[in-house]
Amino acid sequence: MGGDRITRGVLFGSSLIIVLLSGGIILSLTGGAIPAFKEFGLRFIFSTQWDPTAGKESYGAMAFIAGTVITSLLALIICIPMAFSASLFISEYFKGTRGADILRGLVDLLAGIPSIVYGFWGFYALRPLIISTGLSDQGFGIFTASLVLAIMIVPYATSISSEIIAMVPVELKEAAYSMGATRREVIFNVVIPSARSGIMASFILALGRALGETMAVTMLIGNANIIPKGLFSPGNTMASVIANQFGEASGLKMSALIATGLLLFAITAIVNALGKIVIKRFA
Amino acid sequence: MTKEIFLNENIRQRNRKNKRFRWLVIAGSVITIIPIFLIVANLAVKGVRQINISFFTETAPDTFQAMIATSNGEIIPGGIANGLMGSLLMVIIASLMSIPVGMMTGIYIYENSTSRYASFVRSISEILQGVPSIILGIIAYLWIVKGVTRGYSAFAGSVALTIMMLPLIIRSTEETMKMIPLPIREAAFALGVPYYKMIIKVLIPCSFSGLATGILLALSRILGETAPLMLTALGSPAISLDIAKPVSAVPLLIWDFYNDPNMVNLVWSASLFLMIFVLSLNLLSRSLAAKHKYI
Repeated sequence: MGGDRITRGVLFGSSLIIVLLSGGIILSLTGGAIPAFKEFGLRFIFSTQWDPTAGKESYGAMAFIAGTVITSLLALIICIPMAFSASLFISEYFKGTRGADILRGLVDLLAGIPSIVYGFWGFYALRPLIISTGLSDQGFGIFTASLVLAIMIVPYATSISSEIIAMVPVELKEAAYSMGATRREVIFNVVIPSARSGIMASFILALGRALGETMAVTMLIGNANIIPKGLFSPGNTMASVIANQFGEASGLKMSALIATGLLLFAITAIVNALGKIVIKRFA
Repeated sequence: MTKEIFLNENIRQRNRKNKRFRWLVIAGSVITIIPIFLIVANLAVKGVRQINISFFTETAPDTFQAMIATSNGEIIPGGIANGLMGSLLMVIIASLMSIPVGMMTGIYIYENSTSRYASFVRSISEILQGVPSIILGIIAYLWIVKGVTRGYSAFAGSVALTIMMLPLIIRSTEETMKMIPLPIREAAFALGVPYYKMIIKVLIPCSFSGLATGILLALSRILGETAPLMLTALGSPAISLDIAKPVSAVPLLIWDFYNDPNMVNLVWSASLFLMIFVLSLNLLSRSLAAKHKYI
């Protein structure tokens, strides 16, 4: 019996590691961010100035917050029709067929490609295309980054949406068919309303993915510390500015970057929690 | 009479809409998967030229060698051996740290699934899974680079990767344990087997393929990670197996090559290699999962 207690103790101990680890992450981020918040206060969040010149240092994260939110939302908008049609293909039109399996496998593969490969591919394959449209002479910017980001988050949105759509009770659909509804009408009047919250949650969780994505965006967004002025304007995101500037940072700048990380952590945690709540409440 | 014509017209219109929507869904699905073909084809065509034996056995060339080779129209000498060794080193250390702790935590959550503390741990692990990898890079920098190794190190990179792997392992352990039929555990207990032996001889073997799937998926996730390693492992031009020193990694090499205009040809090959490697791990874990759906 004593041995069993030790076993239980060891299992409990490892679960404690996870709790301490997470507590430590929040403490360390907050601790590292304090100098920046002390120096700039709330101005750190609302100011768009990011000036590392020694002597008159001034840091504000608004440009990066804006860049992160705009690219992620745009990616989500581009992702929705793609993920939505892939989910309907898998769980409605071709449910249970080989075609659906193949499509699901290919969409899942998109999640397996490393971020840096997406970034590199976007740089050498997508950017020239965008330049050739004449909309942007550099090819970098919000739109290029969002497009690649959209491709990257499609698998996350698709896997949950298709599961939820597959769970819509057949009886409901058959009732609608028996009233003479066409398939499109069944989808819009039965399937979507009853799977609505699950579909919404899948897109919220995909948004959470997009917010924290680093490498691909860093390589494509143009890294300009300004609030983006348009679709093809360069910008910068919270994750990219950390990736680009953390290496040579020290002192106040380091603290400002950690504070940016803390804000990013908070935003992604809120978005993910929202997605989980929506799933739990309605699924 | 006029009403009937109206109805027929109405039905025809609805059927037309129905068909149009079906084609829209098919077209949307095809558009969704086009990128994967484009990426694979693009990397294969441009990357395959550089892949040879020395690509795997030699370290990365310096920019001067690469420039001369490119201007002579030859392939760039050297390879990604330093990245391969660094990736291998960090992934092994991360696995050694995350797999035992992750599995034990997963078993703990499963065994105490009714307790509030266990569901608290589960939620924490879910939150941890959503934390952007760059933030884990900051954490490993603050804890290890500044606190332990006093400089960029392979160990710091491993710690960042460990924190990424943990929630994946915990989740897959709990999910597979759930599929083990209760009578199997009860049979072990009825024989008077101690708790730890029941875990080692019954729970883990029964869920082996599920655990393997989870581990492979976690590995395929962290092998391509770049951002946290930029803040921790930094990169190194030579092969190094010292965990207290900076090391390179395949994704870090891709980043270095990308930033050096002379090395572009090598980026295609390194990306092609990394993608094939990660995707094969991914496919392997999926086929394992499909084969052993129940235990």
